[in-house]
Amino acid sequence: MSETSSLPSAAPRRKLPFSVVVEPRLEETPKWLPVVVSLFAVVVALLIGALVLAFAGSDPWKSYAGIGKAAFGSWGQFSDTMVKAIPLMLVGLACSVAFRMRIWNIGAEGQFFIGAFFASSVVLIPILPGDTPRWLFILTMALAGIIGGALWGFIPGFLRAKFNVNEVITTLMLNYIAVAWNNFFIFAIWTEGGFQMSKMFPKNAWLPRLADMAAQVPFFRGMTTHLGLIFAIIAAAIVWFILYRSKWGYEIRLIGDNPRAAEYAGIPIKRNIIFVMMVSGALAGLAGMSEITGVVHRLQGSISPGYGFTGIIIAWLAKLNPFVVIIVSILFGALILAGREIQPSGIPKLIQGIILVCLIASDFLLRYRIRIIRRSEVE
Amino acid sequence: MDILVILQAGVASGTVLLFATLGGILNERSGVQNLGMEGMMLMGAVTAMLVTVNVGSPWLGILAGILAGGLLSLIHAFICITLQADQVVSGLALTFLGTGLSLVMGEGLSKAGAISLMPVITIPLLTKIPILGPVFFTNQSILVYLGYILTPLASYYIYKTRPGMHLRAVGEYPAAADALGISVYGLRYLYTFIGGLFAGLAGGTISLAISPGWFSDLTTAGQGWIAIGLIIFAQWDPMRGAMGAYMFGALRRLILDIQGPTRLFGLANPFYYNPYLGFFLQMIPYAFTIIVLIIGSQEANRKRLGTPAALNIPFIRGQRG
Amino acid sequence: MDSESGNPEFVNVVTMNGIVKRFPGVLANDHVNFSLRKGEIHALLGENGAGKSTLMNILAGLYRPEAGIIKVNNKPVSFSNPRQAIAAGIGMVHQHFMLVPSQTVTENILLGLDTPKFFLRLKEYDRIIADLGDRFGLEVDPTAKIWQLSVGEQQRVELLKMLYRGAEVLIMDEPTAVLAPSEIDGLFGIMRKMIDQGKSIIFISHKLNEVMAISDQVTVLRRGKVTAAGVRTKGTTIPELARLMVGRDVIFDLERKPQKPGGVVMEVKDVHAINDKGLPALQGASLYVKAGEIVGLAGVAGNGQRELAEVVTGLRKCTQGNILVQGEDITNKDARSGIRHNVSHIPEDRAHVGTAPNLSMTDNLIMKKYNRQPIGNGWFVNMHAAEKNSQELKDAYDIIAPSINTPVRLLSGGNLQRVILAREISALPALMVAVQPTRGLDVGAIEGVQRLLLAQREAGSAVLLISEELDELLALSDRIYVIYEGKMMGEVCDGNVEQIGLMMTGTPMKVE
Repeated sequence: MSETSSLPSAAPRRKLPFSVVVEPRLEETPKWLPVVVSLFAVVVALLIGALVLAFAGSDPWKSYAGIGKAAFGSWGQFSDTMVKAIPLMLVGLACSVAFRMRIWNIGAEGQFFIGAFFASSVVLIPILPGDTPRWLFILTMALAGIIGGALWGFIPGFLRAKFNVNEVITTLMLNYIAVAWNNFFIFAIWTEGGFQMSKMFPKNAWLPRLADMAAQVPFFRGMTTHLGLIFAIIAAAIVWFILYRSKWGYEIRLIGDNPRAAEYAGIPIKRNIIFVMMVSGALAGLAGMSEITGVVHRLQGSISPGYGFTGIIIAWLAKLNPFVVIIVSILFGALILAGREIQPSGIPKLIQGIILVCLIASDFLLRYRIRIIRRSEVE
Repeated sequence: MDILVILQAGVASGTVLLFATLGGILNERSGVQNLGMEGMMLMGAVTAMLVTVNVGSPWLGILAGILAGGLLSLIHAFICITLQADQVVSGLALTFLGTGLSLVMGEGLSKAGAISLMPVITIPLLTKIPILGPVFFTNQSILVYLGYILTPLASYYIYKTRPGMHLRAVGEYPAAADALGISVYGLRYLYTFIGGLFAGLAGGTISLAISPGWFSDLTTAGQGWIAIGLIIFAQWDPMRGAMGAYMFGALRRLILDIQGPTRLFGLANPFYYNPYLGFFLQMIPYAFTIIVLIIGSQEANRKRLGTPAALNIPFIRGQRG
Repeated sequence: MDSESGNPEFVNVVTMNGIVKRFPGVLANDHVNFSLRKGEIHALLGENGAGKSTLMNILAGLYRPEAGIIKVNNKPVSFSNPRQAIAAGIGMVHQHFMLVPSQTVTENILLGLDTPKFFLRLKEYDRIIADLGDRFGLEVDPTAKIWQLSVGEQQRVELLKMLYRGAEVLIMDEPTAVLAPSEIDGLFGIMRKMIDQGKSIIFISHKLNEVMAISDQVTVLRRGKVTAAGVRTKGTTIPELARLMVGRDVIFDLERKPQKPGGVVMEVKDVHAINDKGLPALQGASLYVKAGEIVGLAGVAGNGQRELAEVVTGLRKCTQGNILVQGEDITNKDARSGIRHNVSHIPEDRAHVGTAPNLSMTDNLIMKKYNRQPIGNGWFVNMHAAEKNSQELKDAYDIIAPSINTPVRLLSGGNLQRVILAREISALPALMVAVQPTRGLDVGAIEGVQRLLLAQREAGSAVLLISEELDELLALSDRIYVIYEGKMMGEVCDGNVEQIGLMMTGTPMKVE
């Protein structure tokens, strides 16, 4: 029977008593099902991770408990987790936007670095003097980060639109180039006393932290969670609004689901590829800016433990939903924060990999269990 | 700076890319793309090294490395072929998995010290050929010679044999192959596995022959991704793949060696132990990959028949395509 | 009816008894019986979706039945894959050819066989295949790549593929659908030649006249059930078969009220374009459509119809020529400018071009008006207006769907087409380009679609109807153009079928 042949609901109900009842139910995939399946996948992944930990000679339960305690043990630790989660949120959003259109931007890491570089250059060239008011500093640096990331996203977007060049590879290659570019500046131009880092930014160029308010709210003492969190939440809201309530978001979703239909509807696909890559890059660039102005306060080499790549997993786990990205990022922030203490050092990366593998595998459950239900109801 | 020496080292270095590219070509010809190349290569490299350190035989080491790449690829095969998931995401997941796993396995391996490597040989008569002799047949690892053999074999296999014909059919029009009783799933599993074996071989070639040792994820330094770019540049043709791989190998060597001499073409060498310009030199292979990709993609667009038509599309019986 | 099933003279090569096959939500075959006699052509007649292809896919080993017995040469068989079916002498030529475009004819024929064992030795096999072709009158160059061949030639390759495998029973799924009338005669000749050589043929069709012309026996399927089993073709009539096929007397009471067409809405002038393979598809095609008329475009598949529709709707660039809509030149502008000029388009491929499968019905229904008031509002989409639009169209066009938020991939073919029609007609088009609008729909749905097209005509739209169903074109069109190799062979106003048939094979109309 070919795909196009008549399906049950077009047929009179009398003739095929069971078929009609079934089709509508198929669509009522309960809203909770994807959530449950994803959670299940994560649990399975953690169990596999436990096996690996056991093989590597450490007590898995102790390790997991350790992660939980190190990440959520106290408000102070939770604040540290949030610090790790902020760049993940922005990068996760960056990936979500691109993936929604089935553009595989895996260059968030590079866009993150270039964003950080652009933001730093505001201080280090300098574009603004050291005594610039804080708001202006932050605004300019955020803008610089966004522009830098967007630029780095533009290149693969343009190449894809113009020459149909596979963006997976170009974005990845640009990661390496971005890191080398950054290294050149911190080694050769902006080095501080031969170390692989720039000088410290003036305090005006730091993002405000909770601890800054410790005088008024003693509870915030020592908490390093910074303004970047607000950036991320606002960004999530904007991304959601763009995707689900704007004309442009409609175009993105249509192209993502069926580019041929989008073309048929008169939507300029190439232009959208470039725009989406730029927005995606901009978000990753903003993450880079928020990391150096909120956490390290200088440009240096090791500003990312692979945030750009973790963002991919986060986007996937969040099913590309911007608000879920925020929540999922916190979990991965915990893994990264506490993961530093786990031995051997490859474990957090490995667990991330296992989680992604289990997630993709679990999608099958989502698509196919439903069919089994349907079939049994036919009988 | 001796050009012949650079070319000779380039061929050696290009052998890594060659294996990865050949495996990728066979893999993608069946309609399955595996972006997990980097992960599989790292697994190959670390396993080969680990076995060699513990057993002492690089032969066993390389075998273990090959197998490790193959085993990892089976995860991808299961997810993409049986579970019909998106090949891009699955490939990425495999990269994470392979990288993480190799880091865990390679913990402390970088301090392992000297190990026995794959033998280096010179072919008696062929070495006498001017230019080609010293570049291809003098003091090369035995694995480099393996590359010379595998490339034409792969090419012949794809175009001139029955299994090769089936491979092409499965990647171009799986439903047609299926209707004639060719097992689409089986062949896709097989070639994904073979792709993994090749990637493992590529990894083992790094750690046991070309740049011996284990340097965590810097061991491959993105060569897996470059290989994926090369597959497109090669238009899924092994001979073109070899050309690209050796070209890249030579480029990588050139970048290292250009920093050595004080003078270049009679002028002061600006790269002479200049660590800063070195960063820009580092970018070259990656930038070059992008350029090569643009060329390859242009050509694919023009010819309209380069890419295996079913690449990246899961096969579900009963659905056309 | 006389079925002669007990006559010992006849040997049944294939017997299928009580075949049951379900698909999710559909009972495709409901205890179907079927038998084929040696040396005969047995037609399997039925509407789209009646279960003909399913039954034959079971016989060819592609699907496994849930119940039933299959016997080949009186031996029970159970095929778990097509290879086993072929080994038992059963070969199927699918409606959509199963040929690898980038491989040669010989390679395609050798695919899946055990010999040659390892090395291909193509030259040797090229000769064998050329000889085989000669024997059955199936001429085709064995060294040609499939993508270089015409549809008719590809069909011959498919037949050769099965004959080379020693098939004794050939299943041909709608083999005439892609052929011109004269090519159909050629095919029938080949089929008779195969019968002379001792083969038996199952001929799947929904075209009554063809069934009458070529078959010895007919089995009719309706909604998965047999309504006539192995009737002698000689002993039946077209109206009788039609009733068995549709379940009621078919009266196509489509009434095309006489009306005077208005001014020219769309004009295609000497358009040239290339197809996806880079080969010329349109080579100087010209036509015009006036307001309030349906203009049909007839032709054998692959003669540039699809490209013409794409060029007119802005989906394909032309290399030469002009397209005017309401006097304005829209040549080589994008689809958006077509939409702006009120061009509606019912695409050939509903699922892959006309809709976005995972998006909701609402999202699919605003595809062409999301950036116009009231749904498009500044930068935003007014979801409230979109849902209202969706609810209204769902009611007006009787789209059967659980809700307006249902992803359209879950809709049936007929309802999917209704979504597209609702969207395209509600845009109040000046010009509607409808490509194969009834393909793959059942009779009820077909009638509905055809009525909507006629209503468009009455409402004063210009309709360009591109179809491979000649009957449909004749019933609906005021004028019919015939396209061959990207050129118009002529224009017919009086429904002269013979004239159309001649033109479809490349004979230009005589100028009187």
